[in-house]
Amino acid sequence: MLLKGNVWKYGDNVNTDYIIPGRYMELTDPEEMAEKVFEEHDPSFRKGVKPGDIVVGRTNFGCGSSREHAPIALKGNGVSIVLAESFARIFYRNAINIGLPALECPGIHDAAEKGDVLEVDVTGGLVRNLSNGKELRFKPLPSFMVEVLNAGGLAPYLNKTEEW
Amino acid sequence: MSTISEKILAKASNQETVSAGDFIKTKVDVALNHDVTSVLAFEAMYQMGAEKVWDPDKVVMILDHVAPPSSINSARVHNVIRDFVKAQDMKNFFDVNSGVCHQVLPEHGFVKPGMLVIGADSHTCTHGAFGAFATGVGSTDMGAVLARGKTWLRVPETIKVNVNGSLGEYVHPKDVILRIAKEIGVSGATYMTLEYHGKVVEEMSVAGRMTLCNMAIEMGGKAGICEADQKTIDWLDQRTSGPYDLVKADKDAVYKETLDLDLTGMEPQVACPHNVDNVKDVSELGKVKINQAFIGSCTNGRLEDLEQAHALLKGRQVHPDVRVLIVPASRAVYKKALQKGIIEDFIDSGAIVSNPSCAACFGGHIGLLGPGERGISTSNRNFRGRQGSPEAEVYLSSASVAAASALTGYITHPEEVA
Repeated sequence: MLLKGNVWKYGDNVNTDYIIPGRYMELTDPEEMAEKVFEEHDPSFRKGVKPGDIVVGRTNFGCGSSREHAPIALKGNGVSIVLAESFARIFYRNAINIGLPALECPGIHDAAEKGDVLEVDVTGGLVRNLSNGKELRFKPLPSFMVEVLNAGGLAPYLNKTEEW
Repeated sequence: MSTISEKILAKASNQETVSAGDFIKTKVDVALNHDVTSVLAFEAMYQMGAEKVWDPDKVVMILDHVAPPSSINSARVHNVIRDFVKAQDMKNFFDVNSGVCHQVLPEHGFVKPGMLVIGADSHTCTHGAFGAFATGVGSTDMGAVLARGKTWLRVPETIKVNVNGSLGEYVHPKDVILRIAKEIGVSGATYMTLEYHGKVVEEMSVAGRMTLCNMAIEMGGKAGICEADQKTIDWLDQRTSGPYDLVKADKDAVYKETLDLDLTGMEPQVACPHNVDNVKDVSELGKVKINQAFIGSCTNGRLEDLEQAHALLKGRQVHPDVRVLIVPASRAVYKKALQKGIIEDFIDSGAIVSNPSCAACFGGHIGLLGPGERGISTSNRNFRGRQGSPEAEVYLSSASVAAASALTGYITHPEEVA
């Protein structure tokens, strides 16, 4: 799985309420969730994001609520992958479960700036920053998660998997 | 040589033993759902090819976040859920008149020691207070639980937290957990269990242990757990019946870290904006003026929290510049507080008492903060924008500090107004 896109860079503890404010939790339509992404934290994101773009965070990305609205709102804007030094566990599960790759990639925050172009080899465990030439290796996902991502998420995966 | 988490997860996944780091596929004893995350979970279940939930008796549905509905959309969502509950023959349904899911679930006897509880809510870790392993997941994971009765988990490492010493008069379980958050940080327990031990925890009420376990997630934790004891059994016996699997940690259990705290002499604690680990002694704050005080939520909306607030508010008037919102965590809590005359005294003090629900905690309804406003809240998160405007500030505290602050108009040590 090879992904390429422009970087949107954020810091530590980007919580689910920043990604989509809690008062929108009653939304059930992914497109409506996508409209509210980073509404207060970074309104420029929604205006400028392009399909395939990559979100980079530092530590504890996605902390807070269990609402799947947060990864859905990112995916709904065409984000292809979230890279961070570390993730909050529920966001991490949710992202994989809806088919949005989330990868722990030590050093990524220092190695990428906003607007840089990254190429990510998800299964090979390699990030290449095409803008500055830096390369980073990361621990590839367990094979079970790769299968879930390849299926497009846990729901389509289980739909095809009898024994679980 | 197992932690409580390892023992419960071994049993749930039908294995002799499991160790931290193992990936397991496991059956689930109880699946907790609420109004915000359910509809997406139903859709995931259908996409997985299932028409019916795996066991309707093990699924509990509670409408609590926007209860009663504050918008046309939330009213619609509630009706989608009611239709699902009927179609699935689910008898464990609690409508908008019930209370916060993490209070209602144990009050109705659904949680027992040794169980694996999966909830589509991040504060599901609350139920570790009963010696269960309880953790939050998102809607798609919940869809898999609804469809198959199973989930996958990575067996977590455990941080052992020993809390000793003697707590001062106005120092409560909330102060203990805020202090722990200060030590561990907002991501210091990511993927891990916090196992609470020590004299302070042994002496603590079940309600207090719920407060401790509730906020494990605020340090990134997967679960918070207290060993079940006679207090747990006495609490449960009024609501359900045994047998109870009182899981204890082995003496030689392997812990990732141990945190030893002696809290003798500790002041009431306050988490300042905008992170839960930004914790200070209340006297360090100076005169921080507030516009709103919220006493409620799955963290601190129980009878003993209302009693703490009542001890200070009774016979007095709240500050004219502060709107004071008091929201009991459940109908049972509400009724007990009513019978004890607490609610009447709250109303006489100028506080607003609302029906049990999540209320102001997540900025959904009942009391949002406007730009430039500041609130003190007994809930669990002080993220920017959590309770309204992103230009507002939220401070977290116990009910005692919130009530004392409601009287003076600024964040106040309860001793000042006692």
